[in-house]
Amino acid sequence: MTTISQAAPQDSAIPKVRVDMLPLLLVPVLALLMLPLVGSFPTWVTLTVAGLAMGMMVFMMASGLTLIFGLMDVLNFGHGAFVSVGAFTATLVLLPMKSWVEADSVWMNLSVVGLAILLAMLVTGILGWAFERIIIRPVYGLHLKQILITMGGMIVAEQLIHVIWGAEQIPLQLPTTFRGAFIIGDAALEKYRLIAVGVGLTVFVTMFLVLNRTKVGLLIRAGVENGEMVEALGYRIRRLFVGVFMAGSALAGLGGVMWGLYKETLTAAIGGEITVLVFIVIIIGGLGSVGGCFIGAMLVALVANYAGFLAPKVALVSDILLMVTVLLWRPQGLYPVAKR
Amino acid sequence: MSEPLLQLEGVHTHIGQYHILHGVDLLVPKGGITVLLGRNGAGKTTTLRTIMGLWHASRGTVRFAGEDITQSSTPDIACAGLAYVPESMGIFSDLTVRENLYLAARSVKKVGEMDEARLEWIFGFFGALKKFWNQPAGTLSGGQKQMVAIARAIVEPRRLLLIDEPTKGLAPAIIQGMIAAFRELKQTETILLVEQNFSFVCALGDSVAVMDGGRIVHSGAMAALADDRDLQHKLLGLSLDAHQ
Repeated sequence: MTTISQAAPQDSAIPKVRVDMLPLLLVPVLALLMLPLVGSFPTWVTLTVAGLAMGMMVFMMASGLTLIFGLMDVLNFGHGAFVSVGAFTATLVLLPMKSWVEADSVWMNLSVVGLAILLAMLVTGILGWAFERIIIRPVYGLHLKQILITMGGMIVAEQLIHVIWGAEQIPLQLPTTFRGAFIIGDAALEKYRLIAVGVGLTVFVTMFLVLNRTKVGLLIRAGVENGEMVEALGYRIRRLFVGVFMAGSALAGLGGVMWGLYKETLTAAIGGEITVLVFIVIIIGGLGSVGGCFIGAMLVALVANYAGFLAPKVALVSDILLMVTVLLWRPQGLYPVAKR
Repeated sequence: MSEPLLQLEGVHTHIGQYHILHGVDLLVPKGGITVLLGRNGAGKTTTLRTIMGLWHASRGTVRFAGEDITQSSTPDIACAGLAYVPESMGIFSDLTVRENLYLAARSVKKVGEMDEARLEWIFGFFGALKKFWNQPAGTLSGGQKQMVAIARAIVEPRRLLLIDEPTKGLAPAIIQGMIAAFRELKQTETILLVEQNFSFVCALGDSVAVMDGGRIVHSGAMAALADDRDLQHKLLGLSLDAHQ
């Protein structure tokens, strides 16, 4: 049998796999550069852990949105609604089970928060399904209409939250064993921030494994690059769309619970307020890239924390400055996703 | 001519406000290679995309193995046994060669469960794929990407392969290898091949249809067209000498 490789010896060199390491180095390099500027090692550790924790929570909220944009080409400006709904849904568990929240038992605290997270993800996942069918489906491919209708969806969701939970702020108590800090040397590491880092890393590793080790994950990655070809291979990309939208919404719900517990006060606008930050993160990361989104979230949060400490006025615009700097370097974000 | 595997009758296709196909009548017999020739803009790619359901016919019928697939969805058409290799190749550049083929193997649940014998058969045509098995497809050369695209179409048995300009942009040495691979492939597969490289299809085609202005203006045996220079000049506006 004649093979093309025999007929074309010039094709035989094995191309090297280029791993783009530069964006991966940004987070540790930034952290190390800030150490002499911050001056105090314990303060630097506290700022860095706080930045990483905030970054992980932002990643949870942003990762679903970047996949939704990458796969479905949908600009969902209503993503923040799922953050708000997730946070408020958690109150349905955390407020009635206040005794579990206040109990000085790790297991009771974990159980009640775990239950709140499960319920929030379930509700936001189902809402995501309805949102995709009713609001998104009629505007596929129409970006301007997507922006208008999804922003409208978010306003409606916020008003519905007012109707259901009232217009007043709702205090959300952090479980007893999640309070306080570990003191290591002179550095104080807040327990809840460490928990947020753990949850965020778990979400990232799970997403990484699903996207790289499962057929569904590979189909999502392939669909981000060329959805038409995925259909030509015999797969129904609309089902993937719905699945990704539900998963993205559920992740936003998870982020909402974590963010709500972090802020300890809920308002209906909690999701809308963070939407701009979430969009900055996914633009920095490269639209559609989960890895880029992860690095982008860490960078945004760390820069905000360091700037807040070193130059509080700069912190007001640090996100925008970071985004401009990254886009001047890589106009399509840190890890641009290949498109057909 | 044997019973047609694919039959297009009076197919019209509109893309937005543009009327691209103006009543295409095409028969693809079972077995061998049917070549679809024509100048740029004649409607060849649109015909393949209409068959695959990527653009739906506004009039006319597309029948595959006797079934009307005119308004079927692309996944349904693919599951009926058609495989499509687009002009752009459509490979997933972030995925490895292995993952590209794994996605094309619909019946396989885990990557390790791909049919080894079938893969060895494919490596027989495209030896380079074995070497680059775990490389991201985006890092391969144009010729190697084309191998991935065709291998993806044959990784599981399919009833009809629609292949759009496989030699586009490839070096002559690779085209020669491609001719040898297609010559062996056509022993077992039915292929509808869109090409502009006349000498390539002369070496491979069994039957031919020529398109112009969104219609089939000639159909018959490839050998007859290859032997008739006046007809080539009339239909394609080319001199075969320039391609040899």
